[in-house]
Amino acid sequence: MLGFDALDLARFQFAFTVSFHILFPAFSIGLASYLMVLEGLWLKTGNEIYHNLYRFWVRIFAVVFGLGVVSGVVMAYEFGTNWSGFAERAGDITGVLLTYEVLTAFFMEAGFLGIMLFGEGRVSKRLHFAATCLVAIGTLISMTWILMSNSWMQTPAGYEVINGRFEPANWLEIMFNPSFPYRIVHMGLAAFISVGFVVGGVGAYHLLRNRRDQAARKMFSMAMWAILIALPVQIIAGDMHGLNTLEHQPAKVAAMEGHWENDPEENGMPLVLFALPSMDDGANHFELKVPYASSLILTHTLDGKIQGLKDWPRDEWPDVPLVFWSFRIMVGLGMLMLGMGVLGLFLRWRGQLYEARWFQRMALFTTPVGFVALLAGWITTEAGRQPWVVYGMLRTEDAVSAHSVTSMMATLIGFMLVYAIIFGIGIYYMLKLIRTEPMSMVPAGGPGHERQPKRPMSAADGSFEEQN
Amino acid sequence: MTIDLPVIWYLLIGFAVAMYVMMDGFSLGVGILFPFIRGDEKRDVMMNTVAPVWDGNQTWMILGGAGLYGAFPLAYSVILPALYLPLILMLLALIFRGIAFEFRFKSNRSRKWFDLAFSGGAMVATFSQGVVLGGIINGLAVSERAYQGGTFDWFSPFALFTGVALMAGYALLGAGWLIMKTEGELQQRFYQLARPLTLLLVTAMIVISIWTPLSNGRIAERWFTFPNIAWFAPVPILVALFSWSIWNDVTHAHERRLFFKVLGLFFLGLSGLVISFFPLIIPPDITLWDASSARASQSFLIVGYVILVPIVLAYTAYSYYVFRGKVRHGEGYH
Repeated sequence: MLGFDALDLARFQFAFTVSFHILFPAFSIGLASYLMVLEGLWLKTGNEIYHNLYRFWVRIFAVVFGLGVVSGVVMAYEFGTNWSGFAERAGDITGVLLTYEVLTAFFMEAGFLGIMLFGEGRVSKRLHFAATCLVAIGTLISMTWILMSNSWMQTPAGYEVINGRFEPANWLEIMFNPSFPYRIVHMGLAAFISVGFVVGGVGAYHLLRNRRDQAARKMFSMAMWAILIALPVQIIAGDMHGLNTLEHQPAKVAAMEGHWENDPEENGMPLVLFALPSMDDGANHFELKVPYASSLILTHTLDGKIQGLKDWPRDEWPDVPLVFWSFRIMVGLGMLMLGMGVLGLFLRWRGQLYEARWFQRMALFTTPVGFVALLAGWITTEAGRQPWVVYGMLRTEDAVSAHSVTSMMATLIGFMLVYAIIFGIGIYYMLKLIRTEPMSMVPAGGPGHERQPKRPMSAADGSFEEQN
Repeated sequence: MTIDLPVIWYLLIGFAVAMYVMMDGFSLGVGILFPFIRGDEKRDVMMNTVAPVWDGNQTWMILGGAGLYGAFPLAYSVILPALYLPLILMLLALIFRGIAFEFRFKSNRSRKWFDLAFSGGAMVATFSQGVVLGGIINGLAVSERAYQGGTFDWFSPFALFTGVALMAGYALLGAGWLIMKTEGELQQRFYQLARPLTLLLVTAMIVISIWTPLSNGRIAERWFTFPNIAWFAPVPILVALFSWSIWNDVTHAHERRLFFKVLGLFFLGLSGLVISFFPLIIPPDITLWDASSARASQSFLIVGYVILVPIVLAYTAYSYYVFRGKVRHGEGYH
């Protein structure tokens, strides 16, 4: 159907559902930590602005968390429905890590989230703050389990293959596999940065409406500090992650660089800034190169070289244009975000941070930029892992369930329609919450009171429509 | 003595599934009963009875699914693709049901759409779950550790029947729950529904009990040989007792007991399945030992399960305690 086979459709379906899903946990991870900082500052300084900001963002956190739960249910089943070959061979390892994630989330959702969302005024301030901290830590632990599983697929370790199945030999080596430390730092920072841009964008929106708004000033300022500090760290972490990838998945790096083969005439490796890579020709068209730059970045020398894609058989190449371009989008947006941070610092130094309308408009426009970069990064690493699902060990085509093109197409359309409706509604509602004045927040209820603890989204109390 | 970890895991996952069926069963049942009740206020009350707890209830399904993946990867990787279409339909329906909880109370003009999402989502999800159950009972074609059947192997009169039967069952669970949680005219309506639903459910259980051994020789063999028959014999007797007792509870308006007896019926139904199939995990051939993950996987995972699940249970019990008692209109937990 339309030239796609069932494998393409299965991959696209997974990419679609997981891309949708990952935005919400990433948002929750960053926002939970921001809420922890806000509440901590409120308790420490007694400044009511922090309290108002906490109440403003906690309602949005509730909606984001709820959408993450809804879209996450699908993920827990998709490994089996669509990737049964993978589940059967690797379930002894990845299934266990996923179950630990579910247990963590279940535990957190059952307990601390209720206190965090609804307990204010009903438990002591210290206990409430403790609940916020535990939720923030819980989101990080959830992320840890998932990234352990993903990293193990990228750089498998601590296993033995028995009758074609991966069985655990050493859990510590599985959990702390070679790419895990780099991936968790890179992803954690990406979540913080994404939320930094959302908070900055929302702050900018309210500043553009009223530049005297104290809460808007505070969140804008906090976001700009966070961006300024996090981006340089993220760029260093990304560089280290790249070197780790070069060590364990050199073909992925070759695709990211658009590097087909080494030219013996050339000293060092140029950095390809722009190109249209062609897998059929095994070459780039319309190249724009910076001499020596790749050598410098990847080997930290002037004449170092890495393997070109042609060192591997064609059937072990990832989709080069996809990996090449998603990587460039991520890096390009990273540079843009760094620029925003530096510009913010400059304006702050000139005393113009709350006055420069053009900068606030820029911040408003760049609200989703962190999330776009995050998705581009995930596409780079996941598409770059192809054609393997467990790198070097299990090919994606051997992992997919044997569904027909028709049933894959039908379910894909089903997911796209339902997600469009549901998340359209969710995001519409979230935008309504964001538009309310941050200084006008009222506390929500608690267990046994008007609001209840087990449904995250009910902490948000705005009407869905304009009241008539 | 070595501990038989696969059997323990079979029980732990069985527990998660049973928790899910009983707890989300009544939440979905409330949705199935929506068309029988007219009026926004009454429907508000109905939804409010489950609003505080449904999210936690649904999480048992995720735990059951993920646990199957970690502890019995073969079962996970055969059952899920074999029941692909009904499972995806169930997931999509549950999304609608869940989102209706969040937004119905925040809407006014669009409320009828959220009513439809809630009730339609619950019906489709329940029917799909029943089809999945029927499909598994029918047996799945497995060779070389993979599902070998077609896309529509699950599609059979039997599976469609179990789909409808489960709708009747969840509706009865929902009615029992609502009798306990509501009062007055609304409660009377559920009393009226309880008897026909009990009749429907018990008839369905009888039909399934006759149909299963007729179409499946091995189960007939299991049931009608000693000592299995001794294990199995109490089940139909207890089902009869419970049903009769539910019938009486309607007469005497025992508003609390009735719900627990319906839970009892479900427990008996699930026990019947376990007695019929243990130690099979994928009928007709795959046992739980065939499907187990490595011992190193099951023992690593059990540590977290044993520590975290009791805490979750304690918190669940606490939240049911907090929200005990009747729900009246205007006391929104939304």
